[in-house]
Amino acid sequence: MLKFWKKKPAEAPPAPPQPAEAEHAAAPAPAAAPQADAESLDSGCPALGEALSEAAPPEEPAGEEAPFAVPEPAAAQARRGWRERLAGSAFARGLSSLFIRHPKLDDDLLDELETTLITADVGIEASTALVENLRRRMHKREFADAQALLAALREDLVQLLRPVQQPLAVGGRKPFVVLTVGINGVGKTTTIGKLARRWSDEGRGVLLAAGDTFRAAAVEQLKTWGARNNVPVISQGQDADAASVIFDALQAARSRGVDVLVADTAGRLHTQGGLMDELGKIARVLKKLDAEAPHEVLMVIDGTTGQNAVSQVRQFRQIVGVTGLVVTKLDGTAKGGVVFALAREFGLPIRFVGLGESATDLRVFDAEAYVDGLLPASLGQG
Amino acid sequence: MFESLSQRLSTTVNRLRGRGRLTEENIRESLREVRIALLEADVALPVVQALVERVKVRAVGQEVMKSLSPGQALVKVVSDELTAVMGTANTELNLAQQPPAVVLMAGLQGAGKTTTVAKLARFLTERKKKKVMVVSCDVYRPAAIEQLRTLAEQVGVKFFPSEAGQDPVDIAKGAIAAARREVVDVLLVDTAGRLHVDEAMMAEIKALHAAITPVETLFVVDSMTGQDAANTAKAFAEALPLTGVVLTKTDGDARGGAALSVRYVTGRPIKFLGAGEKTDALEPFHPDRVAQRILGMGDVLSLVEEVERKVDQEKAQKLAQKVMKGKRFDLNDMRDQLEQMTNMGGLAGLMDKLPGVSGLPDSVKSKVNDGEIKRMVAIIQSMTKKERRHPDLLNGSRRARVARGSGTQPADVNRLLKQYMQMEKMMSKLSKGGGKGLLRQMRGAMKGMGGMGGGLPPMR
Ligand SMILES: Nc1nc2c(ncn2[C@@H]2O[C@H](COP(=O)(O)OP(=O)(O)OP(=O)(O)O)[C@@H](O)[C@H]2O)c(=O)[nH]1
Ligand SMILES: Nc1nc2c(ncn2[C@@H]2O[C@H](COP(=O)(O)OP(=O)(O)OP(=O)(O)O)[C@@H](O)[C@H]2O)c(=O)[nH]1
Ligand SMILES: [Mg+2]
Ligand SMILES: [Mg+2]
Repeated sequence: MLKFWKKKPAEAPPAPPQPAEAEHAAAPAPAAAPQADAESLDSGCPALGEALSEAAPPEEPAGEEAPFAVPEPAAAQARRGWRERLAGSAFARGLSSLFIRHPKLDDDLLDELETTLITADVGIEASTALVENLRRRMHKREFADAQALLAALREDLVQLLRPVQQPLAVGGRKPFVVLTVGINGVGKTTTIGKLARRWSDEGRGVLLAAGDTFRAAAVEQLKTWGARNNVPVISQGQDADAASVIFDALQAARSRGVDVLVADTAGRLHTQGGLMDELGKIARVLKKLDAEAPHEVLMVIDGTTGQNAVSQVRQFRQIVGVTGLVVTKLDGTAKGGVVFALAREFGLPIRFVGLGESATDLRVFDAEAYVDGLLPASLGQG
Repeated sequence: MFESLSQRLSTTVNRLRGRGRLTEENIRESLREVRIALLEADVALPVVQALVERVKVRAVGQEVMKSLSPGQALVKVVSDELTAVMGTANTELNLAQQPPAVVLMAGLQGAGKTTTVAKLARFLTERKKKKVMVVSCDVYRPAAIEQLRTLAEQVGVKFFPSEAGQDPVDIAKGAIAAARREVVDVLLVDTAGRLHVDEAMMAEIKALHAAITPVETLFVVDSMTGQDAANTAKAFAEALPLTGVVLTKTDGDARGGAALSVRYVTGRPIKFLGAGEKTDALEPFHPDRVAQRILGMGDVLSLVEEVERKVDQEKAQKLAQKVMKGKRFDLNDMRDQLEQMTNMGGLAGLMDKLPGVSGLPDSVKSKVNDGEIKRMVAIIQSMTKKERRHPDLLNGSRRARVARGSGTQPADVNRLLKQYMQMEKMMSKLSKGGGKGLLRQMRGAMKGMGGMGGGLPPMR
């Protein structure tokens, strides 16, 4: 059960199993529980209701159509954007109502905390481990009140993610080659569009390679992103050999003296052996021109994905040596709690998070901001 | 898909089967395991709690405790409840309407809506002999319309053109008018992906729905979705009168908990599974079979259907006749079977449908790949004709020779022979049944075996 923590110093002795209590605590009218949470929140806490209603403002789709809008200063926006968008999360909502209804420091509180973690996709194993650790500390009277317990949980969560908070530095190599990979529909092409925007705003020369030659109109999609950002795209069209497109692009990047080359690839399930091997081939072909390329293999994960993300990363890492992650679609109610399991198991840096569909909806990953969005420190005061 | 969940549950379930007597204590323990298994499979927590609660009520009641074989009875309760959530028989699309019957697609970004439109178009054209038109109301995603246009061309259906600057409602109305003019049976309407918390976009699709009054409104959801599946499904079901669900990307190794969550939360049937990127990768969904699969019994009916579609009928007939006549299943036959398997797209797609396979540990399953099949075929190829017909001849030294010849280890050869023997045993059982086609035979035989949780030999 506590395998999740096995690499940690053996400070946490396995908690005594409590099957009976756990089952009973989970008892009455469970199906209605989430609604009840939402309601008690809406009526019970005006401040939070307010926070919620302004959370995740729907990105005006029309805004996206204006290709060369003035770039926002991304850094200044980062923190505010994070908090703002994540504050409305089911996780934060669940927790806020939780602390309002349970000012008391007891086992019920912990059980509900576990529920909240599970529904944020943190996973049953990790959630249980986190909560059992808190339970042990609570019984040792380590916490003065619910607020202190929450602070401890927050710290635990931040600690898990701090090691993977390593931004991507694209300097030092020219061209710096980024190979983007991931399963179908997670947001690879969109993320490339956002990266193109970010890096050209930083004054870098960017080139894109349309390595998805399989999916209908994938090349067109990337070309549109290129046009929006005034960034050139190398392509050969539908059904061309992906490795050869990307190889050509690297040659072009060199001769044009470009700073960053970002290559798109077709989405593929990690279970599809043949397609996975194709990725290996792309990486090998690049090495013929530059022994160190690709300098970053960026794997994109859909933030709404549940525990399957672990299996995805395992396979991609094995085949193409993933060096960094991007977690997309965190602007909805899914909070991508599986990142805790990913951090634990693979320790791969999380480079960016995607918070929307437009060019500027990409943020550098920041462990504290991420956890703050999930667990605002002010919650326990309610 | 579903296999890991079924693996977890079948361990629990098998343990229960063995029990002569159930106590409240071990029922509780089992339910706890069921709960964990469901959560690990990404079934949404409220759904897990409801399910476990219902099983608990029935399990501690008369039904199970007083029954002659309580383990079996509890298994039945779990199975019943899963089935109750999933629904029973397959629900087809309802297209009985003054044509054109309009089908509206809705879902989150990247779920697979556009691809599913193409798959449905092909399905309706080829299998239901409908005249189909498709239209894209996705005026946001770059090249979304182009994507649908390309796919429509691929599957050979009418495409109603639209442009990024247009209003989705106008596009859809225009398409309906065109569909009427061109006497189309079904109009499939693709929409942009949207978040359920995006009020403007949800208002847009509501308006679209009101304007075109579709006979089917399908919610498309990625089978890898985690706990959020419940929130999302609930919001979409509140915004739109959904008539069904399409579960995509089931060709991966997701445990498929989202299927249970979405079904439970929306109350709408899952009508199709998307199982690949190609336009033929759409399967009508049979909930009863999935509940069985989750419990480790294998989705034998779907497997048989797939086999019927893809297998080399001639060879199958030959083998069937041979087996029927009581002749022995030999290594040549095994090689043919293995090659058929590769023809059917390899093991990955078949694995989770085989009874008993779900019980194999992951470490074993990950080794079962098509390379393994090729290796097995290579081993058989390295035997003499006589050895293939009379496997008993293969003594130690012959096995060593075969191993050298095929570049494998003697242990590989031994394993292959063991698998052969298991298959042979099964085949001889089949032949004793007597009857018409082998496939029909298999259907019956495997159904019978399902309850024992085992059938085809584990590969390696
Ligand atoms: N809400 C939201 N949507 C996103 C985000 N990132 C991408 N999307 C949307 O997700 C959908 C799929 O994105 P793509 O970039 O096409 O995904 P992909 O991984 O390239 O897909 P394939 O190439 O088909 O495998 C599109 O509708 C995007 O607009 C994000 O951070 N938030
Ligand atoms: N392996 C697999 N891939 C699928 C399946 N269905 C769709 N895809 C892939 O998933 C990705 C996204 O599919 P789309 O059809 O573009 O998804 P969408 O919902 O229309 O996306 P948006 O319009 O951006 O919201 C593409 O790469 C598809 O090829 C499936 O059943 N299996
Ligand atoms: Mg793409
Ligand atoms: Mg689409």
